[in-house]
Amino acid sequence: MKAFTTLTSIVAPLDRANVDTDAIIPKQFLKSIRRTGFGVYLFDEWRYLDQGQPDMDCTNRPINKDFVLNKPQYKSAQILLTRENFGCGSSREHAPWALEDYGFRAIIAPSFADIFYNNCFKNGLLPIALDAEIVDGLFKELTDDYALTIDLAAQTITTPSGKTIAFNVDENRKFRLLNGLDDIGLTLQHADKIHAYETERAKRAPWLFREISI
Amino acid sequence: MAGKTLYDKLWDDHVVHTEDDGSCLIYIDRHLVHEVTSPQAFDGLRMAGRKPWRVARNLAVADHNVPTNHRDRGIADPVSRLQVETLDKNCAEFGITEFGMSDIRQGIVHVIGPEQGATLPGMTVVCGDSHTSTHGASGALAFGIGTSEVEHTLATQCLVQKKAKNLLISVNGEVRAGVTAKDIVLAIIGEIGTAGGTGYTIEFGGSAIRALSMEGRMTVCNMAIEAGARAGLVAVDDVTIDYYRNRPLSPKGDDWFMAERMWRNLHSDKNAVFDKTINIDATTIKPQVTWGTSPELVVAVDDVVPNPADEADAVKAQSMQRALDYMGLQAGQKITDIQIDKVFIGSCTNSRIEDLRAAAVVVEGKKVAANVKQALIVPGSGLIKQQAESEGLDKIFIDAGFEWRDAGCSMCLAMNADRLEEGERCASTSNRNFEGRQGYGGRTHLVSPAMAAAAGIAGYFVDVSAWTGE
Ligand code: SF4
Repeated sequence: MKAFTTLTSIVAPLDRANVDTDAIIPKQFLKSIRRTGFGVYLFDEWRYLDQGQPDMDCTNRPINKDFVLNKPQYKSAQILLTRENFGCGSSREHAPWALEDYGFRAIIAPSFADIFYNNCFKNGLLPIALDAEIVDGLFKELTDDYALTIDLAAQTITTPSGKTIAFNVDENRKFRLLNGLDDIGLTLQHADKIHAYETERAKRAPWLFREISI
Repeated sequence: MAGKTLYDKLWDDHVVHTEDDGSCLIYIDRHLVHEVTSPQAFDGLRMAGRKPWRVARNLAVADHNVPTNHRDRGIADPVSRLQVETLDKNCAEFGITEFGMSDIRQGIVHVIGPEQGATLPGMTVVCGDSHTSTHGASGALAFGIGTSEVEHTLATQCLVQKKAKNLLISVNGEVRAGVTAKDIVLAIIGEIGTAGGTGYTIEFGGSAIRALSMEGRMTVCNMAIEAGARAGLVAVDDVTIDYYRNRPLSPKGDDWFMAERMWRNLHSDKNAVFDKTINIDATTIKPQVTWGTSPELVVAVDDVVPNPADEADAVKAQSMQRALDYMGLQAGQKITDIQIDKVFIGSCTNSRIEDLRAAAVVVEGKKVAANVKQALIVPGSGLIKQQAESEGLDKIFIDAGFEWRDAGCSMCLAMNADRLEEGERCASTSNRNFEGRQGYGGRTHLVSPAMAAAAGIAGYFVDVSAWTGE
């Protein structure tokens, strides 16, 4: 996993509420058995005029020119600014994979769906929830070359005018993201505790530990 | 001291370790695996040279991509086939029990879990699928996870979690005739919205929930995720205990008595404190029909399509208008004037035997309307299909013009060959009506099995509680 420390980038505005994971990466792409390569299909139904298929070459597909990510000024955006309840719907981790593979590293919104929010941290993406008024202010302030600087260690966002906005992030998630740490390795450091729990639980609920074959 | 909620009890019972910041390492009793969200997790295990921590705690089945007819011919779509074959290979390599495509026990992961007793009261249950909330109907803490967490569960039998808040939704009173668990949960979502449960675990309680069968409770918990909550719960009672007696993986002999004693404590204490309580009057709930592209965009069948102009919140009004455009509906149009093209009765929300019986009662002796191009019945598992056939339900459906299929997710999300064509309108018993969910450009109306069946016969939505079929 890529570590996240600081980031300065152009901001792409996606002015919609309740963007669900079906919109972020339509379900036909879930058929892939790989972990990478989803970026070209990010927001597929909005971004292209034809219907996307897995493993399709996207270089010559008809583009929806009105869609924000197709505007030249946002091509290199690594920060997405959007509205409430981003990432709702299915739990597919392909959504953060697609956002990350496309090049986004941070998403700013008033709120996120729970599973999506969790999945972001596991994939080197930083979701930042800010008050709706602040997000609205950013939308209003936004211009074509509008860039924000995000400092994860300091938990701040700095706007072009030099104003800083503080944000919350759970300490544990912050630590892992700052260091790009793998979750499983961290958990396995507690292997003794897992064994101890199993021994104790087996006394209380022995049926869970009988390996019935079916 | 305040008592514990059911969620508190389940949580406390599974904490392996607590971090300084309050996040916990939670032990996972049952991990259900399916073909869509697992390949990358198995890949991750292989890449790191890891093995499953407790292989017997995993149970796998292919459901999203499987064809629901002509199964002997295999899977035509190469991408779907690859996912299913990859699951078979991974299960064989890691020694995980899998119900293969030709196994009678195969079915939708959230249907076969309780059916087999693979998910039991008091367990923590996870699966790489958001509708894992279904299993909470048995008093288990069950929630959907992403693929990284699938890998984490395989490798450690644990997950790092933060405890959610407690929300009690208390539904009281007797429902009217024709009102089902599906209508109750749609009415709840209509009231609290798709983010109403975000950050909470919802316990569904009250006399109307107690009166539901296990199947009905599963329908309600299934859609907890559509209300924004990762997990839904129903307390254990006689209905639960009776359901789990003699399931293949239920505890046997002395284990059973010990388990029953433990499970009987799986309810919120009388003096438990919830962070929030919502009361719903069951007597006012009518059969529900969604009109938009989010489950919260729902009205009673005798109502009309709402007008965005009446919505004060501009962002909401805008999404209502977008939903109307997508759905091809007019504000003010009567729900009972909406004609449908297809019917889908199935999915982990409504594909259990009780659902099929409810639909059969409505269609018996009648014919699917001429304007309905296709009407599908897709049982949730091979065993449910068998049960329905032993009751003669298949005949009732086939005589009426429905197609009687094999078990799988099918037209719930159209990953297999069953789907809507662009612009087609469907009465569906599934749980999501998002744009394109049932096929590119398809239009989904979420309803109960009886309502879907009646719409199939009439050709448009009818109030099943008042409908005679004439
Ligand atoms: S039936 Fe539908 S909602 Fe349920 S697991 Fe399958 S695809 Fe998901």
